Amino acid sequence: MIEVHDLTKRYPGRTAVDGISFTVGRGEVVGFLGPNGAGKSTTMRILSSFMPATSGTVRIAGFDVFHQPDEVRRRIGYMPENNPLHVDMRVRDYLKFRARLKGLGIGRSRQRVDRVIEQCGLRDVERRIIGQLSKGYRQRVGLADALVHEPDLVILDEPTIGLDPHQLRSVRALIKELGRTHTVLLSTHILSEVEVTCSRVLVLHQGRILAADRVEDLESRFSQDGRVVAEIAASPEALREAFRDLPEVAALEIQAAAGDFQRVAFTPRAGEDLRPLVFEQVRQHDWALRELTRPRLSLEDIFIQLTQRRKGGES
Amino acid sequence: MGVFLTLVRRELGAAFNSLIGYVVVAITQLLAGFGLMDIVQRLNSDRTPSPIPEIFFADGIVFWLILILTTPVITMRTFASERALGTYEALMTTPVGEWQVVLAKYAGALVFYLLSWAPLVGVLVLLRQLTQQPQLLDPWGMCGVLTGIACIGSTFLSIGVFASSLTRSQIIAAMTSLLLGIGLWTLSLRFSQTDTTGDRFGRLMDHLSVTRHMQDFARGVVDGRALVFHLSVSVFFLFLTQRVIEMRRWR
Repeated sequence: MIEVHDLTKRYPGRTAVDGISFTVGRGEVVGFLGPNGAGKSTTMRILSSFMPATSGTVRIAGFDVFHQPDEVRRRIGYMPENNPLHVDMRVRDYLKFRARLKGLGIGRSRQRVDRVIEQCGLRDVERRIIGQLSKGYRQRVGLADALVHEPDLVILDEPTIGLDPHQLRSVRALIKELGRTHTVLLSTHILSEVEVTCSRVLVLHQGRILAADRVEDLESRFSQDGRVVAEIAASPEALREAFRDLPEVAALEIQAAAGDFQRVAFTPRAGEDLRPLVFEQVRQHDWALRELTRPRLSLEDIFIQLTQRRKGGES
Repeated sequence: MGVFLTLVRRELGAAFNSLIGYVVVAITQLLAGFGLMDIVQRLNSDRTPSPIPEIFFADGIVFWLILILTTPVITMRTFASERALGTYEALMTTPVGEWQVVLAKYAGALVFYLLSWAPLVGVLVLLRQLTQQPQLLDPWGMCGVLTGIACIGSTFLSIGVFASSLTRSQIIAAMTSLLLGIGLWTLSLRFSQTDTTGDRFGRLMDHLSVTRHMQDFARGVVDGRALVFHLSVSVFFLFLTQRVIEMRRWR
């Protein structure tokens, strides 16, 4: 569906996107993950043929975004950053206006507007003025706009930014629903969002792709090398005694925790999951256990790891 | 064509949904009202008053005040606000052409401008009835005036649309077109007063003078050269507008 090859975008004095390549297959839901200024929006703007690239090629459904922009635009539903809407219009009128711009006939646009109003749960507010709607509803209007011409590909630039938890949930559910019938590319800087909605993730940093993986794979790759943390009520000596001879455990660090507990961090030798083993030991010694977890990295941590790796590779 | 009309309707909708649209209409009516008072006074004092269009559009400055003040306000929104709000990005990622957008915004502004003049035309017709002196407002003079309003307005509006495409700020857009408009007007005043029997340069400038054009229109004389002049200036500025938005894509 999307084929990006060696895409570069330079602004005067800085490179926003630096030679990235990736493909997205039909029916995939792919998340663009990266901090602000990573080049997410720039890439999406190029993909939606809003601005031309400095070099490289982008093909959407087989059409070149630079040479056949109208073909591309007909096939893309794009929601720009911050979801800009004409706030003085009523929901229904706005969607109809957008449908007409996207080349739908009068009858067809009425049909489609009805459909997306239903799909995005806008029935109750279809006669309201967009400027008076809550942010969650506005986001749905943006989504409805992106879907109104039945695009093959939906590109959403930070679709959930600034929403409260309730709105967040419903918009995410909507996106997930979309993923069943459309190819979706969305950008975000929240890892949990990618987990909930996407099948694959592209991590972007300083205009380059640092990692492109399925969400689970990315997490296991970066889950601190499989470290497991437990809080056990036992003396440090006894703990060392119990785990010293186990071949699976490469190292353990012990810190005193509140009460009689010790906080123990286990590092596995071969990246395996140590949790059953730790539990087994605790059970055998009849210790009290109040926590056993494999800490997951936040996006920030993954970034730090990825960027450090990159620096290490270059020097 | 359907898409073009959709865009024009949207432009008009935006104008009438905003307070600024009504402010423009109010200013036009207010200033026109002052002009009207002037007309009534002249009709009462002069024994052989000149035709109403000439008093209003050729001798007075009310027409120019309205034109110069309202056209920047009508057009400042066109591109600048869409850029500022980001809706421009949503617009330009639909399969509509740049020319279509430029022409639709221009057409929307022109229609709004003409609508804001509509009440005045009614008033002039009423005045003709009341004075019972049909020679003060013959139909040809009226046609000339309408042509003049449309023609000269189209030039000023094209300048305004161009100014709006240059910036995200509506204020800067309005100031730019105000400045260009005032410039055009003062130059026109300066050159239409020169002796037209003079050198070729003087005659050329007289042909280009928009105040001279309006004087002719108000007398019911529709000069083809004036029409061509305003058409070409409008096309020129719309062409520049299209170039500007194309150039800005690259940045």
